Amino acid sequence: MEDVSGLLWRVLAGPLSAAVVIWLLCHKSKFYADFGPVMERQAAAFIAIGFLAGSTMFAYWAFGAVRDGAVMENRSLYEFLSAGDLMVEINWSLDRLSGLMMMVVCGVSLCIMVYSIGYMEEDPGVNRFFAKLSFFVFSMLGVVLSGNFLMMFIFWELVGVSSYLLIGYWYERPSAADAGKKAFIVNRLGDFGFLLGILILWGITGEVDFVRVKNNLAAHPIDPNLLAVATVLIFCGAVGKSAQFPLHVWLPDAMEGPTPVSALIHAATMVAAGVYMLCRVSFLVFGSPVAMEIIAWTGGITALMAALIATQQNDIKRILAYSTLSQLGYMVMAVGLSNPAGSGYMPAMFHLSTHAFFKALLFLSAGSVIIALHHSEQDIWNMGGLLKKLPVTGACFAVGTLALCGFPFMSGFYSKEAILGLAHERNPQLYLLATVTAGLTAFYMFRCFFVAFLGKTRGEHAEKAKESHWVVLAPLVVLAVASICGGWFGIPEWLVENKAISAEHAPKSVMLAALAAFAIGAGAAAFLYARGATTDALNKLPVLSWVLRNKFFFDEIYMVLVKVGQGTLAWLCGFVDRWIIAGLAVRGLAATTRGAGQVLRLFQTGNVQTYALWFAAGATIILYCLVR
Amino acid sequence: MIPVTLEHYLIVSGLLFSLGLAGVMTRRNALVVFMSLELMLNASNLALVAFSRFNGNLHGQVFVFFIITVAAAEVAVGLAIIVALFRRRQTVQVDEITSMRL
Repeated sequence: MEDVSGLLWRVLAGPLSAAVVIWLLCHKSKFYADFGPVMERQAAAFIAIGFLAGSTMFAYWAFGAVRDGAVMENRSLYEFLSAGDLMVEINWSLDRLSGLMMMVVCGVSLCIMVYSIGYMEEDPGVNRFFAKLSFFVFSMLGVVLSGNFLMMFIFWELVGVSSYLLIGYWYERPSAADAGKKAFIVNRLGDFGFLLGILILWGITGEVDFVRVKNNLAAHPIDPNLLAVATVLIFCGAVGKSAQFPLHVWLPDAMEGPTPVSALIHAATMVAAGVYMLCRVSFLVFGSPVAMEIIAWTGGITALMAALIATQQNDIKRILAYSTLSQLGYMVMAVGLSNPAGSGYMPAMFHLSTHAFFKALLFLSAGSVIIALHHSEQDIWNMGGLLKKLPVTGACFAVGTLALCGFPFMSGFYSKEAILGLAHERNPQLYLLATVTAGLTAFYMFRCFFVAFLGKTRGEHAEKAKESHWVVLAPLVVLAVASICGGWFGIPEWLVENKAISAEHAPKSVMLAALAAFAIGAGAAAFLYARGATTDALNKLPVLSWVLRNKFFFDEIYMVLVKVGQGTLAWLCGFVDRWIIAGLAVRGLAATTRGAGQVLRLFQTGNVQTYALWFAAGATIILYCLVR
Repeated sequence: MIPVTLEHYLIVSGLLFSLGLAGVMTRRNALVVFMSLELMLNASNLALVAFSRFNGNLHGQVFVFFIITVAAAEVAVGLAIIVALFRRRQTVQVDEITSMRL
């Protein structure tokens, strides 16, 4: 077997060195001043993109090695940590799953970095931006390539940190700083479960390596309930990172970050890490039907709920954020519904890959719109008629919309069909739910498109909108092509080597139902919004629109929960601390000592004869005790 | 005539000891306190000699010799302390030489 691990080191080293180099050299943004004004502004971007391009090349070689049959599993490269029974090694897992994910991450990151040159042109902190973005790519590739639970957890946390840093990139805005904190804290909740799950698995098997845990579980089957608990706890990590119900609240707020960040982290790659992780530990998930049921329903509920909320959002990025939530719900549901004997996790990973392309495309198009509106308008009701002013951006957004909604022969069509077919086969209720969600998806995406890009121009910024620079448009076009063709690359065949299974298609009825849902959703949106609407027609249903606009009041409910729950807990802790620990234990001890001292010092008179009296009395008492 | 038994010696010894103790605790003059202390030592000497006599061996008397020797040394040290004290404080009244704060 050819040595792929060297390649993998290089893949990982690229973005990390980019981050380090940028941080060290461009910190004061004076270093490159001698190379001319362009270099002074864009040095960081060139460094980041250069290193990432190198990484992508190495990743492609590794990918080629996988295609040629090199599967690297369970090869210890370096002993990272050894404490008692716990032995953690650094080892990579490179197989078809991580190979695909690695290419998706590298490809999408590269497009988005190029795009960022244009998007962040005016920003004074652009060096910091590229350093953080490179660091994110490094962490994400680490998650993808990790060969054991602990390494994955470490990179998982690094991804969380870079997400925090990038959401709060415009830290001078309180809303961005708060959103960063919210994302980080909500993720902590999920990660806590993840860590507990890892600990349970380690406790059972004594291993943290994916392959060895898998072999160990296969050799010594354990109590299914315990396995279900461990799996659900590990799933908690995915719930946090992939923003599933009930920890989904951070993702929409994360849109406070720059749009490339939203596209890369909060749409295409990081949030998909949860789904990827579930696929990576599919040997656990598939072993526990109860856990699969829970996972499937969590995903289904998230998909439907987010799609409902998306129908009444007005911020272009928030619509896309809820759409991301909904699609992530789809993927998680697909993992939960997987058929271990058949296609396995293929539908989920397939949708993950296509979604990465078209959702990145949608976000970048939205970003291009935001550039055209001078970073000051994100409300779709203040746009309108943008297709004429921004033809390329508009066309790309349309492509993304069609792909997301599952228009025939676009990438989303194939991956959604795979999931719907799976749901049809495994669980009729979830199949119904998924089909309804597909309809809603078409509705809100076309609502967004019609309101923002068609009709009459509303708002002064929209009047003056100009098409963006080619640096911005080129990645859009690349991603648009990927969104159209994503279904033709043979991703299912890549993931499922058994040709009979990968060639299976869902029954005709499933496809027809999906198309009907698409038609109904798009038709309803056209009916309500395509005719130059200036206000939302759903305002006529006040209660519904009020509830949806307020996102089912999740933030408010959590606020109250935190206030009541945490407030009570804090009060209780304060009480215990003030009165029991400080009052009784600490001050009580001090008071006892002081009181005893006060009494005892009365014995120390300084008069020899008093001492003689005490001595005699003591001797008498001892004598009495001895003689008695 | 009543034969003299061990009890008689011990009673005398106890009385002497108690007298000495009372002197140590009540007298103010350090020299008198010191003399009372000697009385207590000699009370125990008496008891030991009596034990030696009635047990028919010399153990008690050996103890007494040691006690007399040590007491002589102790008197030397004690008197030296009292003289030093007097030189410093111009008094040997023990209740006047409490300098500790209550």
